Amino acid sequence: MPVPLGSSAVRGILSAAGYVPYRRLARSDIKDFMGSGGGKGTRAVASHDEDTTTLGVEAARLALRSAPGHTPESVWFATSVPAYLDKTNATAVAAALRLPGDVGAFDFGGALRSGVGCLIAALRGGGTNLVVAGDLRDGLPTSADESAGGDAGAAVLVGEGPDVLAELVATASATDEFTDRWRAPGDRTSKLWEERFGENRYLALGQDALARALKAAGIESGDIGRLVVTGMHGRAVSGLVKKLGLGESVVVDDLTLSVGQSGTAHPLLVLAAALESLRAAATPAGTVVVTLHLADGADAVVLRTTEALAAWQPARPVADQIANGAPLPYSKFLAWRGQLQPEPPRRPEPARVSSTAAYRNEEWKFGFVGSKDRSSGAVHLPPSRVSMEGGAVDDMEPIAMADATGTVVTSTIDRLAYSPSPPIVFAVVDFDGGGRYPVELTDADPDEIGAGSRVEMTFRRLFSADGIHDYFWKARPVRGGAARNGGEA
Amino acid sequence: MGSHGIHDKVAIVGMGCTKFAELWDKGLDDLIVDASTEAFASAGVSKEDVDAYWFGTAQSGMSGITLARPLQLHNKPVTRVENYCTTGSEALRGAVYAVASGAYDVAMAVGAEKVKDSGFQGLNAMNPPGDGTARTLTAAAMFSMVAPAYGQKYGVDEETMADVLASIAVKNHHNGARNPRAQFRREITKEQALASPRLAGTLGVFDCAGVADGAAAAVVVRAEDALKYTDKPIYIKALSFVAGSGSGLIDPGYDYTHFPECEAAAADAYAQAGITDPRRQLAMAEVHDCFTPTELVLMEDLGFAPRGTAWKEVLAGTFDLDGDLPVNPDGGLKSFGHPVGASGLRMFFECWLQMRGEAPADRQIATTDRGLAMTHNLGGYPGEMVSFVSVVGNQLG
Repeated sequence: MPVPLGSSAVRGILSAAGYVPYRRLARSDIKDFMGSGGGKGTRAVASHDEDTTTLGVEAARLALRSAPGHTPESVWFATSVPAYLDKTNATAVAAALRLPGDVGAFDFGGALRSGVGCLIAALRGGGTNLVVAGDLRDGLPTSADESAGGDAGAAVLVGEGPDVLAELVATASATDEFTDRWRAPGDRTSKLWEERFGENRYLALGQDALARALKAAGIESGDIGRLVVTGMHGRAVSGLVKKLGLGESVVVDDLTLSVGQSGTAHPLLVLAAALESLRAAATPAGTVVVTLHLADGADAVVLRTTEALAAWQPARPVADQIANGAPLPYSKFLAWRGQLQPEPPRRPEPARVSSTAAYRNEEWKFGFVGSKDRSSGAVHLPPSRVSMEGGAVDDMEPIAMADATGTVVTSTIDRLAYSPSPPIVFAVVDFDGGGRYPVELTDADPDEIGAGSRVEMTFRRLFSADGIHDYFWKARPVRGGAARNGGEA
Repeated sequence: MGSHGIHDKVAIVGMGCTKFAELWDKGLDDLIVDASTEAFASAGVSKEDVDAYWFGTAQSGMSGITLARPLQLHNKPVTRVENYCTTGSEALRGAVYAVASGAYDVAMAVGAEKVKDSGFQGLNAMNPPGDGTARTLTAAAMFSMVAPAYGQKYGVDEETMADVLASIAVKNHHNGARNPRAQFRREITKEQALASPRLAGTLGVFDCAGVADGAAAAVVVRAEDALKYTDKPIYIKALSFVAGSGSGLIDPGYDYTHFPECEAAAADAYAQAGITDPRRQLAMAEVHDCFTPTELVLMEDLGFAPRGTAWKEVLAGTFDLDGDLPVNPDGGLKSFGHPVGASGLRMFFECWLQMRGEAPADRQIATTDRGLAMTHNLGGYPGEMVSFVSVVGNQLG
């Protein structure tokens, strides 16, 4: 059905961003280690301290950073591997983004179709909404899922007005009940029916959804400027692309060979990458971008780029993140995913986080917000009521440090402390524009860190105890793309 | 307002100290009974003669009952104190001030720690419930940041710094080898120290204090009464204590080459004791060598060497048993071992032996005629530290 457009307001995408974790598993390593499995290219692997919530947060930070002046009315978070059930995960996303308390936060969980579903709902609804998706894809060792899957986050800010980069033209869905891929609650890996069955269904459903979307948009397939096709069924995706017969310049790299299929996040991730590359190539406004996602049916989203795309400044393009990865040995991948259990460090495991203490310190813990003494200017991390300089009491203003970059003053490697993946790399960091914090590093090899290293902050899950996840910030080396510098009062 | 001190008002008249070791066959109660019994006998008093008790343990027990029950103290005030690794010193501080105030005639400080019941290596703090943002780094890692910072500031290359730190470990093992109560009684070579497995930063096993169970105790009385109990009392000349504000961790001005809490505690103690040239006035110093770079930096914080020069003094042997100013003649935390609540009192025990001429001949220092000895005890880590300094002497005046 065509989407009725308002007379004045252009509705569509205000900003989009992907987050590709730093580590890459070379698929050939799987075969080298196990004797079978694997394949070509690499897949992205979330660090041991990342989960679907943190992947989503990192993507959402980038999306909001490149949409200055826009605050969402709600955050919709989609994942097939929620960090919590019952408890909403989008609230942690909203807290890490320091969104005000009147912002709604909702989860759309479980199915691989929920990410694209959120995007369609946001595009067809009203107001400004932030769609966030994050997924970790697992498979048993040597399985096709292990190899083809990937970990990533993606976020799309949907709204109206002159800043819309890509306006909504039409959407269409094709829904069918069939069991091709399934996973019981609590299981980490999926089961699959015979591959040919799903391929048969998805080819038909994909063509159906696309045809109806194009019809609603009043365009022909030849008008498509960029086509994004995603889905966990690899043969169905490549088969459909082949069947549609659009040129190589039209079909967007689905990142299978670099990132892997990242479940709910994937259509949003590839769409973000497509918009970034259109902008980078200075493609004229009016380019039609079609996203087609295959999951228990097919969903097509037709967008058209606007003049605003040229002025858009993506904070850290997906292509840059892909180029800045580093290899992870397969053995470490297995350990991080719990498929292989190495001897843990002989130190007591951390106790569970106090829910009440975490609640009181939400701004600090989730937002990395310190305090700045109004008289001396001294930055306190964590925030303090009494100043370390001059002794002023209750005369501080909050200072948001999550987007600040800094320089390592001194660093060390702790081979004794408890960590899910020892050793801990630790550094004393002086932030540009003021403030010092001694902090654990992540996504870093011990020998690349020393005095003078440039770092930025990243939202991570430190550990879990009694089912409660300990979310907080770590520092990581600045790699590729623009980073900010000082804190924001 | 002011820190007036209690120079020559109180004296230690009896002490006890267990062997520090992995004492699998002794519980906390055994350690308490052993150290206390030795101290009672040393002072020639009974548990009834002691009017009040201060008990220090970091995390082996709670409340004064932890001491009162094993000793079966009846109707005695027992105060349990905790102040990180300065817990033992804190116990003595309480007992000394109580006597100095005139509230009691005889007081006793006992420090004890049963570390080796946890099933884990090293020291493991039991933290209160929190928001999950506190650092979980080991003390070794925090102190490991001192060595490169010091080296960079004063132009000491990595190889020389390794040599300096190994020299400190070798010295303390040399001294501990001559101490029957020490945990490690084996001398080591520089080569062994340098080849030990790295634990944190450049720090290896031999750069770290031993982790041991143990207890120590002291009986204190008014100085004027001291000779009733012993003909060789050890007089308290100064006690100082600083609890850092923790701002070093977040203050961009802090450079990890010194410990301001220790400098401040030393300055206060020297003022109370009338010391102007510690390097020459002190016969010996027991310092908190939790890690070798800690001892290096303390030599400057405590005024034994000008800034940036302690590494040369270490290499020259200034702080050796037969050096200008013997430091840690009992082997220090490094080889005596570190039962947290007992260590501060253990330092006094070495002063007690040395300044009374009762240390074993093979580690008796030759400088006791200077009359003054110091103990320095710290807890926490660079940037967030508590520090205790005492000066004691074997003569009044």
